[in-house]
Amino acid sequence: MTAARLLFTKPWIWSFAATVIVWVVTVLFTGGASSLGLSQAALTFAAFSVIVGIGQMFVITLGPGNIDLSVPATMTLSGTLALKLMDVQDGMILVGLLTSILLGFAIGIGNYALIKLLRIPPIIATLSISFIVQSTAIWANRGLRIKPPEVLASFTTSSLFGIPNIAIVALILSVVAWVLLKKTIYGRWISAIGQSTFAARMTGIPVDGTRLVTYILCAVLASICGYLLASFSGGAALNMGSEYLLMSIAVVVIGGTAVAGGNSNIPGIWGASLFMFLVVSMLNTYGFGAGFRLILTGLIIIAVILVAGGRQSNR
Amino acid sequence: MKISSGTIRLIIPAASLALLLAAVFYMQPRAMSYTGLNLLFNLAVPIALATVAQMLIMAVNDLDLSMGAFVSFCACVTATFLQASPAIGVLIFLGAIAAYAVIGVVIHVRELPSIVVTLGMSFVWGGLAVLMLPSPGGEAPIWARWLMTSRPPFVPMAIVASIVIAAVTHFVIMRSSVGVLIRGIGGNVRSVERAGWSVIRIRAGTYALAGFFAVLSGITLVGLTTSADANIALRYTLLSIAGVILGGGEFVGGKVSPIGAVIGALTLTLAGSFLSFMRISPDWQIGAQGAILIVVLALRLFLNRLEKREKGR
Repeated sequence: MTAARLLFTKPWIWSFAATVIVWVVTVLFTGGASSLGLSQAALTFAAFSVIVGIGQMFVITLGPGNIDLSVPATMTLSGTLALKLMDVQDGMILVGLLTSILLGFAIGIGNYALIKLLRIPPIIATLSISFIVQSTAIWANRGLRIKPPEVLASFTTSSLFGIPNIAIVALILSVVAWVLLKKTIYGRWISAIGQSTFAARMTGIPVDGTRLVTYILCAVLASICGYLLASFSGGAALNMGSEYLLMSIAVVVIGGTAVAGGNSNIPGIWGASLFMFLVVSMLNTYGFGAGFRLILTGLIIIAVILVAGGRQSNR
Repeated sequence: MKISSGTIRLIIPAASLALLLAAVFYMQPRAMSYTGLNLLFNLAVPIALATVAQMLIMAVNDLDLSMGAFVSFCACVTATFLQASPAIGVLIFLGAIAAYAVIGVVIHVRELPSIVVTLGMSFVWGGLAVLMLPSPGGEAPIWARWLMTSRPPFVPMAIVASIVIAAVTHFVIMRSSVGVLIRGIGGNVRSVERAGWSVIRIRAGTYALAGFFAVLSGITLVGLTTSADANIALRYTLLSIAGVILGGGEFVGGKVSPIGAVIGALTLTLAGSFLSFMRISPDWQIGAQGAILIVVLALRLFLNRLEKREKGR
């Protein structure tokens, strides 16, 4: 009884409950035939949202106003450059990954440099950077669509013991992020900064360094996600990141991370990512058109936040 | 002579706009004419209205991520219902404004993050727009077309409209008692509440007013483009936020400036025209827009520092 009560006080439980409901409703419609395929697809596509969501979560944890809008542009540029560099050669896979990570580093530093030097709100700083990054991607994307190296393509599309490889990668990254958040001094620092930047500065926490690292972390995760997504979908496209802007914010907040900062939640991101994918596929199975699908997606997001948000304010 | 801090807040965006305008005139002297100015600022009117709407939401410490989707929705309604049967069109708009008020109430009552609620609403508006106009089309109402293409003497329509918008919103937000209450909620909710005002009502009113300006933005946009599309104004979400910030507004604290917001919107519009005069390759157009945003904000920081040094003396 106490265990159940403890479970219900966890903010992430709601996103998982909603996920299970949507999964059951979808599978019921198809008579159970699609349960395995649906679960695998959900895990694969949720994994991409999880990877960018974790980065966004670290940034949002920093407190009000902290948000990274350069995520989609970073994903696009990273996917484009990495595939161009690897040029279908299997030997270049690691070099491509390394380039992506370095690119993420550079964009993260650029983001924070603008925030710090120009003292502009993160939302505008990351937006300006994302314009420049997007332009670079358009310029780099000229010419033919380059395929990913054979080994990398098969790695991203196959699965191990029925679990998609991408989901395993996302799981490993989540565990690392969880340890970082809950077990290291860095994780304590970002929570402290999110709860009160002033108090954090007074206690001697290196606020600027911590924020810099967080923005770099977010950009690096976005570039890794872009690298994987481009390999998974057989090439980079200029609009491949666009849906992940709203998605990365939505999964963080639906997952129970406080928008005001200082309180973050990794399991919730998984629940929310699975939920967001399953909602769309449920509406697809029921044969709704694009318009109705969008409307219902929006209403469901609001409904979830109404239920989950109410719980939070009661605590 | 003593200058109020509100005026100083305005000088910076105005200077940025003047500088950009000077650069455009230097590169293309022929732009210095009635037609030239009209072309330069043509698309500024809907952006300015959307920016004012966003500014209202930001005045109560919220952020509307559904602005672009909502303006697109309004544009679709204008090009279909408002054109074919004006009564139904007006009813839909009233419903949409009421919906905005409800969103404001829900956000307040349940203490929800506005970013997420409006994020959800952006899907809803987008879906409704797609239902109305699955493919680009529709037709502008004759009066909207007439309004946007009319040629008043001496000063182009776009500039007249911008001045009217700035003046009206300045009066409502900065001079009226309602405006003080709206900004008061952004500044200190508790003190407004303790003074005996109903915060729910003010917030609902603010959201409704924002919805109203966004509706006007959709109508004027269709007046310019003559047809609509479900994705026509999606970039307005980010443009409107950037416009408010460029105009000297803040994310929190109820510090907003209606005239600044309109100037910010004009600056952003001009930046687009500026780039086409520069003959920058289309690949780099978006990037250059980002660079201009950065330069303008750097300028603002520089002027802010200057101002502080003056004060220190």
